[in-house]
Amino acid sequence: MKPGPFTYHDPTSVDDAVALLAGHEDVKLLAGGQSLMPMLNMRFVVPDHVIDLNGVADMSGIADTGDALAIGAMTRQCDLASSEIVAARAPILREALSFVGHFQTRNRGTIGGSLCHLDPAAEQPTVAAAYDAELTIVGPEGTREVAFAEWPLAYMMANLAPDELLTQIRFPYWQEAHGAAFVEFARRHGDFAIIGVAALLAVEDGKITRASVAVGGADVQPLRLADVETMLVGAAPGDAVFAEAGAMARKIDAMSDAYVTTQYRQRLAGVLVERALAQAASRATGGE
Amino acid sequence: MADKREITVTINGQAQTAEVETRTNLADFLRHELELTGTHVGCEHGVCGACTVLVDGAAVRSCLMLAVQADGHEVTSVEGLAAADGTLHPVQEAFWKNHGLQCGFCTPGMVISVAAFLKDNPNPTEADVRSAISGNICRCTGYQGIVAAALEAAETMRQEG
Repeated sequence: MKPGPFTYHDPTSVDDAVALLAGHEDVKLLAGGQSLMPMLNMRFVVPDHVIDLNGVADMSGIADTGDALAIGAMTRQCDLASSEIVAARAPILREALSFVGHFQTRNRGTIGGSLCHLDPAAEQPTVAAAYDAELTIVGPEGTREVAFAEWPLAYMMANLAPDELLTQIRFPYWQEAHGAAFVEFARRHGDFAIIGVAALLAVEDGKITRASVAVGGADVQPLRLADVETMLVGAAPGDAVFAEAGAMARKIDAMSDAYVTTQYRQRLAGVLVERALAQAASRATGGE
Repeated sequence: MADKREITVTINGQAQTAEVETRTNLADFLRHELELTGTHVGCEHGVCGACTVLVDGAAVRSCLMLAVQADGHEVTSVEGLAAADGTLHPVQEAFWKNHGLQCGFCTPGMVISVAAFLKDNPNPTEADVRSAISGNICRCTGYQGIVAAALEAAETMRQEG
């Protein structure tokens, strides 16, 4: 199992990377390599060209812009997990990263790579869905912004043309007092989740004023549970309302495979939505 | 025609220059070009952890990196852990004492992973150790000896400061 022959390019700027993309056919962009390298090794993909983004300046970094957490697409998962800015402003991202692979893979893996690879059960896209993350895409025509809701087009297919690359991800801050939680279930720690749930809840005067619930691993892309969110807003946080949310989540569209049935995924989604909401509510009111 | 590059990588403290085909992964470069066969290749898709090495001090899967990406960087393989006079690294010593290996296939990756983990987490619980080695698969030991070795190595390294 070795990669097929390709021509390797290592641009040092976004402009150079875009020019290389425009000038070649059958290209794969190499970010952290924790998904692409296995696919190359097993020859699931045999591209003519590999453009390595690891040497591109200004594609990694974590910044607090006042109203959002701005993350360069090539920022490594280990750097996000140890970032004080992430811990202070979007702790759910750090919580989710603890489930991503192992420390050895997080040392290379990048957030942008995960969002472009778009594995249905991956944790970072689920958090991006819950946060309504905004993505900056650069291509030959210039820069465009994409809302995460418009990002997944199909199974493992992002809204990214062959001559474009993702440069930045922004997580807009919730201005309301809120709590957030990421929970998942996998057969072994570090495996892809069977189901992962990201939940954010704003609570004011004993009422939920804003809710976001995203489920990964169920369908071909992370799902936002709009009906659950609508039901939650205005309700008092508590076991009864979270149980109702869980019951609604059990009706989610869910895949079936050789190991996990649709019914099991739906049941797990219900249980985990209930747990995530309870934890988010507890954190919203100062608990753990 | 094969796409080749000349790269210089500092391996276990020594700068090594070689011409490599760009599709060569770091594990194969270490084993085939440099004949450092201590790094083992198991699954070649990042699951088993046998090929784990340190790149600039961070534990990574060498099968999931191209050799050309290591150009200009420092790599430590299991051959580089022991001192020049042959004195074992505390993690190696503890694996030996605690029967932390049986067939030995996973051992290079285990030892590198544990050494990297203990550098950042000098005082781990057993649960921390089990989590840290969850990305390294052993099919012989049932992990008991490995966990005992990691905990003993942690204690030794704390005492040595």
